[in-house]
Amino acid sequence: MDFSVVVEYFPRLLEGAWVSFQLVILSVVLGGVFALPIALARISPIAWVRAIPFAYIFFFRGTPLLVQIFLVYYGASQFEVVRESIFWPILEEPFWCAIIAFTLNTSAYTAEIFRGAIQAIPQGEVEACKVVGMSKVQMYRRVLLPRAFGIVLPAYGNEIILMLKGSALASTITILDLTGMARTIIARTYTPMEIFLAAGAIYLVISIVIIALFRQIELRQNRYLGTLSIKVPEKG
Amino acid sequence: MKLKKIVLGSALLLTAAISSVSVQAADKVRFATEGAWAPFNFIDSSGNAQGFDVDIARALCSRMEADCEIVTQDWDGLIPGLKVRKFDAIIASMSITEERMKVVDFTNKYYSGGLRFMGRVGETFDLDALEGKTIGAQRATLGAQYLEDNFTGKADLKFYDNQDNVYLDLISGRLDIVLSDELPTYNWLKTAEGASKFEFKGNSFMKNDEIGIAVRKGDSELKAKLNKALDAIIADGTYAKINGRYFPFSIY
Repeated sequence: MDFSVVVEYFPRLLEGAWVSFQLVILSVVLGGVFALPIALARISPIAWVRAIPFAYIFFFRGTPLLVQIFLVYYGASQFEVVRESIFWPILEEPFWCAIIAFTLNTSAYTAEIFRGAIQAIPQGEVEACKVVGMSKVQMYRRVLLPRAFGIVLPAYGNEIILMLKGSALASTITILDLTGMARTIIARTYTPMEIFLAAGAIYLVISIVIIALFRQIELRQNRYLGTLSIKVPEKG
Repeated sequence: MKLKKIVLGSALLLTAAISSVSVQAADKVRFATEGAWAPFNFIDSSGNAQGFDVDIARALCSRMEADCEIVTQDWDGLIPGLKVRKFDAIIASMSITEERMKVVDFTNKYYSGGLRFMGRVGETFDLDALEGKTIGAQRATLGAQYLEDNFTGKADLKFYDNQDNVYLDLISGRLDIVLSDELPTYNWLKTAEGASKFEFKGNSFMKNDEIGIAVRKGDSELKAKLNKALDAIIADGTYAKINGRYFPFSIY
């Protein structure tokens, strides 16, 4: 093994890592924004309102991300109507196709995580809100959503890391993300071991940063739990 | 104690499995091809590898009287796969280049290629005015390398996993120009998708491009056998017959 190629091509790998980072951040933020209304619709008491997000989540969780990317990038562009529509300047760009596919995919998963968190809040807290006379909007804004946010954090951090790894699929539609860059470098150097090891190490570093960040937010958001566990009432 | 036995037992089994594989590999030649480079290698409707490369491989095998197997592997995994002995030879229209010679050995050429640009019918093409144009090629090919070396910063370059995706993006309009080997392009321009909408742009270049069969570095035994068989099928007319199935002119 010859690691001089890693040194030589490290700046290009970092360039790729920056693209991966942008892909993940943009799609996670957009996905999060879409996920909330989807999650709320998913727990609606009205059957047909529930049905739409159910179908959406069913499709995007049940099909591979690679298939979704190909459908957006190669699939949509087969149709003359799409190529002549006002959306073509966006759909023409591989970067935005990846963002669209990733956002749709992650919003489906995130919606399920949000739904789980909202439903995990003890019934007593909901009743308490009703007793003090909060409206539904007040109840969600003041109690349920902030509580759900605390519950959601570990699972949500997990989803972002899954997205980071999923972003490697962007390389299949000509994007020079970390994986795409690594493959392009290997096409020249024929040193897959060295370059993929280096790329893997960079992915690990990004993951560590995400994990650390979420640990901090978790500690802050759920700090009331920490004090609660210390004060065990003594039996008199 | 019991666990130790199980571990030991599975280790033995594994060793047995590995050694039986290598015994089998000794009297069998495993050819790898890509399967996305029509008409040289492609997957037919029943899922089998077909094409010029595959026919040549079969002809070589019957000449060598060897037991052969043809496997398909994505293009950029071919050389790495050969290095780790997943197969013994690559017959996938691979150009003999200095860079590849550093990692694999090649037989004599089994055909000659050349690069040529392709674009939409009627659009003007000027090599010195490609600014703002998007040019596509398959990653890890001679064409991709040529673009990287000569057009980085001068045009927008895009590299694909396989040639089929390059064609798709040319049809969709994401690409203005494609650089590829002349012969597969010649073939594609005769298909329903390519004909009448696209055409060659400019003349072919890198005409000294020779296509060989790659073997592992130092595998001179297989290389010699393949070269001998290659000479034989050229001499007895088998090669010309295969050539005639795909092109009305000699590609040797």
